[in-house]
Amino acid sequence: MRVSNMDKVFEELKVRHAKPSIKEILDSGKFLVTGEIGPPKGPDITEMIEHIDLLKDKVHAMNVTDNQSSVMRYPSLATALIIKERGGEPNLQVTCRDRNRLAIEADLLFAYTRGIRSVLCLTGDSIPVGDHKDAKPVFDLESIQLLNLIRSLEEGKDLGGNELNEPVNFFKGAIVTPEANPLEPQLLKFEKKVEAGAEWFQTQAIYDMEHFAKFMKIARQYPVKIQAGLVLLVSAGMAKYMNKNVPGVFVPDKLINELAAAEKGKAIDVGIKIMARQIKQIREQGLADGVHIMAIGKEDVVPRILEEAEIDINEL
Amino acid sequence: MIITKQKAFEAILKELEGMEKIFLVGCGDCATLCETGGEDQVKEMAEKLSSEGKTITGSVLLEVGCHELDAKKEFRAHKDEIESADALLVMSCGAGCQSARAAVEKPVFPSNDSLFLGNVLRYGQFEEKCRLCGDCLLDVTGAICPVARCHKGILNGPCGGTNDGKCEVDPEKDCAWTLIYQQLEKEGKLEKMKAYQPPKNWNAVLKPGRHVIERKKGGDASE
Repeated sequence: MRVSNMDKVFEELKVRHAKPSIKEILDSGKFLVTGEIGPPKGPDITEMIEHIDLLKDKVHAMNVTDNQSSVMRYPSLATALIIKERGGEPNLQVTCRDRNRLAIEADLLFAYTRGIRSVLCLTGDSIPVGDHKDAKPVFDLESIQLLNLIRSLEEGKDLGGNELNEPVNFFKGAIVTPEANPLEPQLLKFEKKVEAGAEWFQTQAIYDMEHFAKFMKIARQYPVKIQAGLVLLVSAGMAKYMNKNVPGVFVPDKLINELAAAEKGKAIDVGIKIMARQIKQIREQGLADGVHIMAIGKEDVVPRILEEAEIDINEL
Repeated sequence: MIITKQKAFEAILKELEGMEKIFLVGCGDCATLCETGGEDQVKEMAEKLSSEGKTITGSVLLEVGCHELDAKKEFRAHKDEIESADALLVMSCGAGCQSARAAVEKPVFPSNDSLFLGNVLRYGQFEEKCRLCGDCLLDVTGAICPVARCHKGILNGPCGGTNDGKCEVDPEKDCAWTLIYQQLEKEGKLEKMKAYQPPKNWNAVLKPGRHVIERKKGGDASE
């Protein structure tokens, strides 16, 4: 057998893993807590770096969104490397909207050599919801084919069927929408993602714990780990907006009323309380294997959420 | 059928800037049904251009705008009218416009935008159901095409944007994967949807498309 050169590559590129990987956390049975970094529009990444530094020791890993909502931003891959440089653990989101299979494969080779260990595979939002409405949508592949692509790279072959000089290795993630309507086709797709090699899932935002518990009963039949996705509610208006405009997201009236009853300017405090309460519930009742916190621009309150949820990742 | 939509009249006038004498070409097939190049629209265009000071040297309604041999034949019958024109305005699809291009040396301009290969739902209502990908999948999708009818062209099931069976991009449009699921469920063939669809060969038809029907040796290829 040929001796792998990858150790030499990693050594030369000074790849260091300051934190355990997502796989290591999940394998150890710990409750996985991840946050999210949304890269900015423009080269001033000061605030993004502040957010990275704020979160890197508070969460196990940080998702990096990939031109989120089809809005052009600082690149996800570059952000993942910055997280790595600053001693955090990145979870690289890869969408199929802006790159064809050649570009995705090349990016993944690069990511691997720089110590990116986790990849979340997404199809990506559609172009018309974003800020480059005239752009050509790529969608050469979609999420399930992307999972298979990574599996192929891990077997040492690209999608053209050509041999790579070394295989790669990633912990492969995917997403699922527990509130999708209708749910059955979504569950079928979930199963296909598992078969395509997804090893863990992050869900779309969930708020209805009873409904989520029902979904998890089905999802638990599969050999994958699942993190509940939580989006911070900052006002009753935001909750209503999401109910009306974001498919697959449903905020129950009870929570909307709770937010609406908040004193002026204090709704975000209620939102923090709600999320902390839900994290506690998910953890205590073992509803999921972890949580993925999406604060969408309010990353500075994530430490507060975790404190209220009584979560210290160093003591899990 | 190729679905077309007439450009704004101001845009057509802009195309024709500097062209005083115009010969009009209509299409008796798709563009007639789309009301963008039928007899009535050709007549109306002639009147509107005339009122803008243009001279209409003549017009022809091709049986099918995209048939190049027909276009050449018909144009020969209108040789003088075309000769005396500064330009041709073609009221057909992009293919029809280029039939005219192949048939004459004069400047040729389009009056329409070509939208898609469409099914006629009822008179004046069209929907795209086939994307002409060159590698038909309808056998495994209950004869509902996700390449054409899913906004993202996803091949392995619905995205998270499915919304009560509608598409998040346009609530007027059905989520193709919801339809496919329902159809295959009815047929008792959901395993077809469970099967993995590998990355598609987007070059099944090498662009630009070209196809020649193969004839058996000794057969009649003259038709």
